[in-house]
Formats: sequence, structure tokens, C-alpha cells
Amino acid sequence: MTRSRVTDILYPAVFGLGVLILWQLIVKGFGVPAVLLPAPSDIWAKLIASLPILGVDFVQTVLRAVIPGWFIGSLAGFLAALLCDRIPFLRRGLLPLGNLVAALPIVGVAPILVMWFGFDWPSKAAMVVVMTFFPMLVNAVAGLQASGQLERDLMRSYGASWWQTLVKLRLPAAMPFIFNALKINSTLAMIGAIVAEFFGTPIVGMGFRISTEVGRLGLDMVWAEIAVAAITGSAFYGLLVFLERRVTFWHPSYRK
Amino acid sequence: MSAAPAIAVKPVAREPGNTFPVAVVCLAILLVWYFAAIPMNWVVTGPKIAAGGGGLSNLLAFSWNEARPVLPAPHQIAMELWKSVFTVAPWSVKSLVYHGWVTLSSTLVGFVLGSLLGVALAIAIVHVKFLAKSLMPWIIASQTIPILAIAPMVIVVLGSIGFTGLVPKSLISMYLCFFPVTIGMVKGLTSPEVMQLDLMRTYNASANQILWKLRFPASVPFLFTSLKVAVAIALTGAIVGELPTGAIAGIGARLLQGSYYGQTVQIWAALFMGSFLAAALVWLVGVAERFTLRRMGVKP
Repeated sequence: MTRSRVTDILYPAVFGLGVLILWQLIVKGFGVPAVLLPAPSDIWAKLIASLPILGVDFVQTVLRAVIPGWFIGSLAGFLAALLCDRIPFLRRGLLPLGNLVAALPIVGVAPILVMWFGFDWPSKAAMVVVMTFFPMLVNAVAGLQASGQLERDLMRSYGASWWQTLVKLRLPAAMPFIFNALKINSTLAMIGAIVAEFFGTPIVGMGFRISTEVGRLGLDMVWAEIAVAAITGSAFYGLLVFLERRVTFWHPSYRK
Repeated sequence: MSAAPAIAVKPVAREPGNTFPVAVVCLAILLVWYFAAIPMNWVVTGPKIAAGGGGLSNLLAFSWNEARPVLPAPHQIAMELWKSVFTVAPWSVKSLVYHGWVTLSSTLVGFVLGSLLGVALAIAIVHVKFLAKSLMPWIIASQTIPILAIAPMVIVVLGSIGFTGLVPKSLISMYLCFFPVTIGMVKGLTSPEVMQLDLMRTYNASANQILWKLRFPASVPFLFTSLKVAVAIALTGAIVGELPTGAIAGIGARLLQGSYYGQTVQIWAALFMGSFLAAALVWLVGVAERFTLRRMGVKP
């Protein structure tokens, strides 16, 4: 490891550790009541003590709603982008709408979806599908047009079919855009599932736990749940970054 | 023999406008919507249609005018919007103008504070190398946390110290929108090329002068792009901020009440109101962008 890579990891680590220590010292030193801000040590103790509950919530929210919804939404967005690519009229009609929808407060659809799909995880997964569809559509359409005219002409001179051009040239060229959308969607998916749980849920799930524990002023539990969400979100994101580097190793931004 | 032009100049094909395709897609969505309302409302309207004697006219009349539909027909939402915007006094609790204003005010406060914080952080990060290395990764990591999930806690905790209403919601909006501004501005402030920076150095310009005369003007296009993203998520933050505590005013509260009492049309109307607000805010930032860039001499 070179010196710059060591500092790349060391600086943020020291900074983060410093914030945690400062937090602990301030809370304990000034005797901040636990209903305002629990100390990191208390949160850690609560996290360890309530692992079973956190595990059940994790299964309900992440495994049942976030991951399937993220997958279905991203896939549907990608397929819609392929369709837009084949039918230019559809692209010109759908893309401005997609850009508009991306700016709208889509989380507001949550109460409607809860009404349609019931209180349990299907409505949360549906929320995630709705939230992840449009970022993928917009990014994938842009990505499919990213390959240069020169390369496309070369493919045509080889007599390549639309499918061959797609698989061998345009999809690889679109990968940075697609991964960008997948990364945006990983964050949106967590938000969508948790916010949808505020509108009604069986008595399990991360959003449910957060809103009820806030009502009971059990803030250490809320922070423990947030820690789980943060670790999950970061791991999800990190995995996508790892995959992106493996798939788009040719991209200029990864050259040494 | 007249000299033929050596190179046949191909007329540059103008990109055809999008108005017609967008209109067609919108029309298709409306048609699908009207059609979908029939089977989706069947649970509620089925018995009524049978009691009314069946037939196509009954089917359509009941499916598209049900008071508590599963999926309201578009004209029902339009009528609800008209009713709650124009026919009631704007300060009454039944008015969407009132709820929209409550949400809009905390959105705007949060947006202004968040943008200022974002710009300040970006300036600090560009000038202090230690911050770029230590703070930047955490700012990026903070976005992988579902921040909206913390919204209820922020509101309850601030409420217990005595802050209620506008302030907690604006804080959530602020927290959400500082991030795109920081990222965009760091990119923008570092966008001047080495040659330009070197020129400033040969002029013996101070860091302050470099910031105001070179870095800041260069970052303006980046700033506006991030501001458009920021204003949209500031609105989302304000709406979500109204959800968890049973707030009595605002678009989010309207959504929550609608879902408690099964008032589907009310939910949809609130949703459309929120969407109009978002579109209007993004459009306004776009107008400000065009005006500013033109004043700065950017050719379109």
C-alpha cells in the first residue's frame, strides 16, 4: 500500500473516531439526558442487547422490501429504457416525464400503495419499485446513447445486428450510467421502505420500530436501528462500488 | 458549366420538439388510468353497479364517480384540487393553499440554510486539505444512511426542547439539501484549470481574490445544477418531516389524514399539489439559472 492510500483510510477513520469520542464526552460530561441524545456506548449496549429484534426488523425491511423492490424497480427501469431505445418516439415522450418525476416527492405515494397492497411487506416493496424505476430509466437511456458514432459505424460495417451491437458495444458503454443509477437506487430503496412503514405496517420493521420507539422516547433503540440502517446502506453501496470496478475496469476514472 | 459545390453541405437536422410525443404519452397515461379505474374500483362499485341494473353507462358512472375509490378517476382529483384551492378561503384548514404554504415555508427556509451550509462546507473543503481528506468521505457516507428515517427522531427531540412547527422540518430539509450543493460546489470550485490558477498566482492574487474572481464564477453552472436537485429533495424532506408526529398542517399531514380516514381523493389531491410545488420550485431555480448565466455572458 502506498502512503497516499494509507492516509486516505487513516484521515477519515481518525476524524470519525474523534467525532464519536467527542460525542461520548459531551453526553457523559454535561449529563445530556438520554431522551435527547444517548451516548455511543449506550447505543452500542442496546444494539448488542436487542440483536434478535434488530434481526427480525432487518429481515422484514431489507430482505423482503428493499432488495426485491430495488431489483424489480431497477430491472423494470432498464427494460423501459431498452424499449425507449428501440422506439425513439417513446423516448422523446417518456424521457421529459421521467426527468420531471425524478424531481417530485414520490414518497407521497406511500399511503396509496399501503391502501392497495396491504400493511405487510408487499406495499413497501411496491414503494421501492416506484422510487427506483425512474432514476434507472433516465440513466439507462442516457447510457445507451453514450457509445460514440465511430464505434457504432464500425459495428455496422461488421454487419452486426441490433442485439450484437447492444451486447458487445452499447451495454458495456452504458455500464457506468447503469451503476450510477443502481447506487442512487440503493439509497432511495432504503428510504422508500422505511418511510412507507410510517403509514402502516405489521408490528415489525425498521421504520415501524423507529416511529414507535420515538413515541416511547426509547432513543437508544432508535439510534441502534439507525446504526443498522447505516451499516446496511453503506455495505449495499460498497458492494455496488466493488462490482462497478470489476465490470467497468476499462473506464478512464479507474486508470492508475 | 457552373461549379458544383465541392462538398455537399448536409442541412443540419434539427432535433424535433418533444411537445407532441409528451402529449401522446400523457394522453396514453390518462386513458390507461381511466380504464384501470374500472377493475380496481370493482370491489367497492361492483354491488352498486349490479343494484343499478348493470350496463355500460352504469359501469362507467359508478366506477368514475365513487366517493371512496381505490383509484379515483383523474377528473375527480382535478375537481378536488379545484374545490380545495379555489372555493375555500386560503387560510382555512380545508384549503390546499394553506397546507401547501406551510410545507413551502419550511422547504424554503431549509433550502436557503442548506444551500448556504453546502457552499460554506465546499469552500472549506477546497481550501483546507485536511478537511478534503477527512470530512469528504463522511459527507459521502452520510448519504448512504436513509436520512429521512431519522426525521421522526429529529422532530421529537427538538420538540422536547421546545422547537416545534417550522424549525424542525426546516432542519430536515436543510440536512437533505446541503449534500448535493456541497458535492456540486466542490466540483465547481475545483473546475478552473491549472493554467488559470497559475495566471492568478502570477498576478500575486490572494486566496480570497482567487475564490471570488476565479473559483466562484467558474462554479456557478455547477451551483445551479445542484440547487435544482436540492430544492426538490428539500420539499420531500419537509413533507416527510410532517408525517411522524401527526402534524396538523402541511402536505404531509394532509397525506397522513387521508390515509387514516380512507380519503383517497384527498391523498391524490395533496400528492398533485406537492408535485406542482416541486415542479414550480425547480422551474424557478431554472429561471434564475438562465438569468444569472446570461448576465455573466454565457452564450446559450
